Amino acid sequence: MTAVSTVRKARGSRLRVGDNLVPWLLPLLILGGWQIAAMVGLFPARMLPAPTSIVAAGYRLLGTGELQQNIWVSFWRAAVGFLIGGGIGFALGLANGLSNLSARMTDTTLQMIRNIPHLALIPLVILWFGIDEAAKLFLVAFGVFFPIYLNTFHGVRGVDPQLVEMGRIYGMNPARLFWRVIFPGALPSIFVGLRFALGIMWLTLIVAETIAASSGLGYMAMQAREFMRTDVVMLSILIYALLGKLADLCAGLLERLTLSWHPAFQGG
Amino acid sequence: MQEAPPVHPMADGIANRTSGTVGGTALSLRGLQKRFGETQAMRGVDLDIPSGQFVAVVGRSGSGKSTMLRLIAGLEVPDAGTIAFDGVRGERGGDLRMMFQEPRLLPWARVLANVEVGIRDADKLRAGALAGEVLREVGLESKQNEWPAALSGGQRQRVALARALVSRPRLLLLDEPLGALDALTRLSMQVLLTQAWSRLGFTAILVTHDVTEAVALADRVLIIEDGRIVQDVAVREARPRTRGSPTLATIENSILEELLTEEI
Ligand SMILES: Nc1ncnc2c1ncn2[C@@H]1O[C@H](COP(=O)(O)OP(=O)(O)O)[C@@H](O)[C@H]1O
Ligand SMILES: [Mg+2]
Repeated sequence: MTAVSTVRKARGSRLRVGDNLVPWLLPLLILGGWQIAAMVGLFPARMLPAPTSIVAAGYRLLGTGELQQNIWVSFWRAAVGFLIGGGIGFALGLANGLSNLSARMTDTTLQMIRNIPHLALIPLVILWFGIDEAAKLFLVAFGVFFPIYLNTFHGVRGVDPQLVEMGRIYGMNPARLFWRVIFPGALPSIFVGLRFALGIMWLTLIVAETIAASSGLGYMAMQAREFMRTDVVMLSILIYALLGKLADLCAGLLERLTLSWHPAFQGG
Repeated sequence: MQEAPPVHPMADGIANRTSGTVGGTALSLRGLQKRFGETQAMRGVDLDIPSGQFVAVVGRSGSGKSTMLRLIAGLEVPDAGTIAFDGVRGERGGDLRMMFQEPRLLPWARVLANVEVGIRDADKLRAGALAGEVLREVGLESKQNEWPAALSGGQRQRVALARALVSRPRLLLLDEPLGALDALTRLSMQVLLTQAWSRLGFTAILVTHDVTEAVALADRVLIIEDGRIVQDVAVREARPRTRGSPTLATIENSILEELLTEEI
């Protein structure tokens, strides 16, 4: 990445505007081609509706309030499931990172549970919770738990012991040692877990809402499938992608704000 | 201003001190032993260091120099023996500061915040001002808002020195802090260290592998071999010292000879 930006700088400012557009050229071309192909009837609208009809479908659903309602429901599930699973994972990661006793008591068990693919639990979860909210929250929480737990644990364990020793000898009490040395030291690793967990969060939700739900974006897509509304199906897929991108952007922003000391985030 | 003569016969190097010092801790080690698994790292060390003395410790690697400092700092617990600070057993408190071969700065704190790590709770309200002042003393005032990653190795070690000095310690332990620096940076660090020591009057114990440095800075050079102090050499040369003066050269040669004969 640095090599590329150096080359860009070397070529001077004349090309900068053009350079920024280059990555968007191909998507725009594809979109244009798609629109034209749909308009001349290359694919039946049932298979692949034109981009304009997807936009129209979105506009229509916004009008009835259905779209906002379903986005909100999905967002709520994602957020609450993430907070529960991520919160427990973070707390356990910290506890096991800081205390050998805690790690000896729980880590082996957790590593065993980790081998269960969380989506394999769907039938069981439906038996337990039906297609209630609890089912989706459970699956999302279960899915995000492990990346957050593992990366927090390893982040805390990976903190430079020389810095911890310095903190101790400079008279830091445990709380100060945690906030000044251990937590910032573990933060880069925690962010790796956070990003990973966000990906899992959307993926889990899509699957869970498609299979077992009576509201939400996944449900909207499944309903639309029944009535052959491919435009609404495509709309749901695009909104999922957009929400995923948004979550990733937020994580990136947070990361840039808190890790500004890190050489990888400097000079940019 | 003349200080009261210290009890130790080798302490006459600390005569020309300026006023305003907080003084140094007097240290007394008795029968200190420490074992790591199969390795007996300290085999009964007895040592008295009077207040304000500058002691250098030399010896081959693995001879137990770091272990001795870490025992004094309380980073290791002795298997046997006692350590007394100003005659009181085991009371280290915030008067002790330590520098390591690595600067050990917090990468996520700017230079000024790193220096503030050294400030005692009692001085928290004036933290910024105190840290700025010490940074000026080590010549890094202009770098106070930089990240440690943006500094050179010598500058980082100077920040570490500022962090150690900002609380006006009474005992400064230095475990080869200049070992990784190039010759010129080393010399300027030596000057900073000597200035701080004369101004503040703390007791200093410097572990170094550079005998010239030991002789140039210290009142007294200890040679450690296999967990024991085998030689205790006084350096009675007034300060400021001239590098390579005949007296210093003679002492340096005798220490080197001792270190080399250990090789067999
Ligand atoms: N934490 C430790 N665990 C095991 N062995 C150690 C430890 N610290 C020091 N030692 C051993 O004790 C001896 C003295 O080490 P040290 O005091 O670091 O020597 P020096 O600083 O003089 O090079 C060495 O043999 C070293 O390997
Ligand atoms: Mg050592």
